[in-house]
Parts: sequence; structure tokens; C-alpha cells
Amino acid sequence: MKRSNEPVFWALFGAGGMLSALTGVALVFVTGIGVPLALLLSPELMSYPNMLAFAQHWFGKLVIFSVIALFLWHATLRILLLLHDFGIRAGPASALIGNGLALLCTLAAAYLLLALGF
Amino acid sequence: MSAQTDKRKPYLRPIRGWWKRDSYYIRYLAMEATSILIALYALILLFGLLRLGQGEAAFNGWLETLRSPLSVGLHSLLLLVFAYHSYSWFKVMPKTLPAIYWRGAKLPQPMITRIGVAAAVTINLLVIVVLAGMQS
Repeated sequence: MKRSNEPVFWALFGAGGMLSALTGVALVFVTGIGVPLALLLSPELMSYPNMLAFAQHWFGKLVIFSVIALFLWHATLRILLLLHDFGIRAGPASALIGNGLALLCTLAAAYLLLALGF
Repeated sequence: MSAQTDKRKPYLRPIRGWWKRDSYYIRYLAMEATSILIALYALILLFGLLRLGQGEAAFNGWLETLRSPLSVGLHSLLLLVFAYHSYSWFKVMPKTLPAIYWRGAKLPQPMITRIGVAAAVTINLLVIVVLAGMQS
């Protein structure tokens, strides 16, 4: 029997689902509401020097990369299921486009983070 | 999501309107549809990372966009979507896990959901409180 590559995608789905379930609300509040409106949080928190320093630290890189990549892999699997439910049947073509886009964004995030240096 | 291997044209049962039949299906779709906005949020962050790499002026432009009413409105919607994702994630979790035993008895499903939701509330609050304390 041909080995299935599906466990890999389900593992990424699960990791992204768990990470977003545990931290998503806080992240959206911080980056989209708290900092822009100076609500509870200092706008300085996301100033250019602070964010640059964060993205140049290995731990910051890990946080940014995990959030972007895992959220996307989680969402991609569900979007493919959603398309399937509305008649765009899962097959090599939709899986290739969906997973290809997620992989592209993952590589872009990795490249951008490495390009910022340490 | 397995691929069709038979070369004959398969019979596809018509599926139009299936989700209107039962409110359970609508809740299922709401759960699945959170993924579209989760992907959008990840792309917003990826774009911010791109702007960060392009220098201070570019990054300040991204921050300026985040301050626009449209963006704040979108993020308010995102807040609700992520909260619903979090709730539905832990609601479904006991059904996807093997049975967990605690002191000889099977841990009831609602208990697993409550533990998950409590963990999510704690961690989210902790992140905001810690960052709120960093008033530099």
C-alpha cells in the first residue's frame, strides 16, 4: 500500500489549531486593537526598533514563524475541507494549490526572518 | 480526502443546500469557516514581517494601516472569530482524543472541554497582562 502523506498535514493542522486556540485571541487583541488604539497596551510595544529587536532574537523568530506558518497550515486543511463540502472535491489539484500556497508563505516567512539577521 | 483511483466517471450525489437541513451543520460550517479569517490574520502578520524587513518607513506605514477604522473593525471581527475557534476547538477535542482515565474513571467529555477553555482563557489573559506590564 502506498504510504499516505496525510498524517503530516493533520499534525500541522492540529498544532496550528491548538496554538491559535490558546493564543489567538490575545495576539489579535495586541496587534490589531490594543497597540493601534493604545488600549491597555503601549504603542511603543510594536515600534520599529522593538519589533526589529524581537524579530532578530532567536526566540522572537521562533514565535513569529510558528504563529504565521502553523496558523496557515491549520487554516489550509480546513479551507480544503470546506471546499470539499461545497462540491470542489479534494484531489491532487486542490491539495496542490492549497498546500502549495501554505508552503510558499511558510518559506517566505522563514526567508524574511533569516534576512533580518540575528 | 483520498484521491479517486477508478478511471470510470464516479456518481456524485448532488449536495446543494445540505447545510440548511440541520442546525448542527450550520455550527459545523461556522467552525470550519473560522479558518478563512485565521488565514487572513496570518497573512496580515506575514505582510507586517515583510514591511519590517523593508525598513522603518515601510513598517510605520503598516502600523498606520492597523490604526485605520477598517482595520480595527476587521480585528474586532477577528477577535470574535478566534474566540469561537478556541471554544469549538476544545468542544470537539474530546471526540478526537482517545479516552483519558483519571483515578480509574473515564474523564467525561464536558470536563475535557472545560479544562481546554480554562487553559485558553488563562494563557490569553496572561499574554495580555504580561505585555500590558511592559510599558517602556
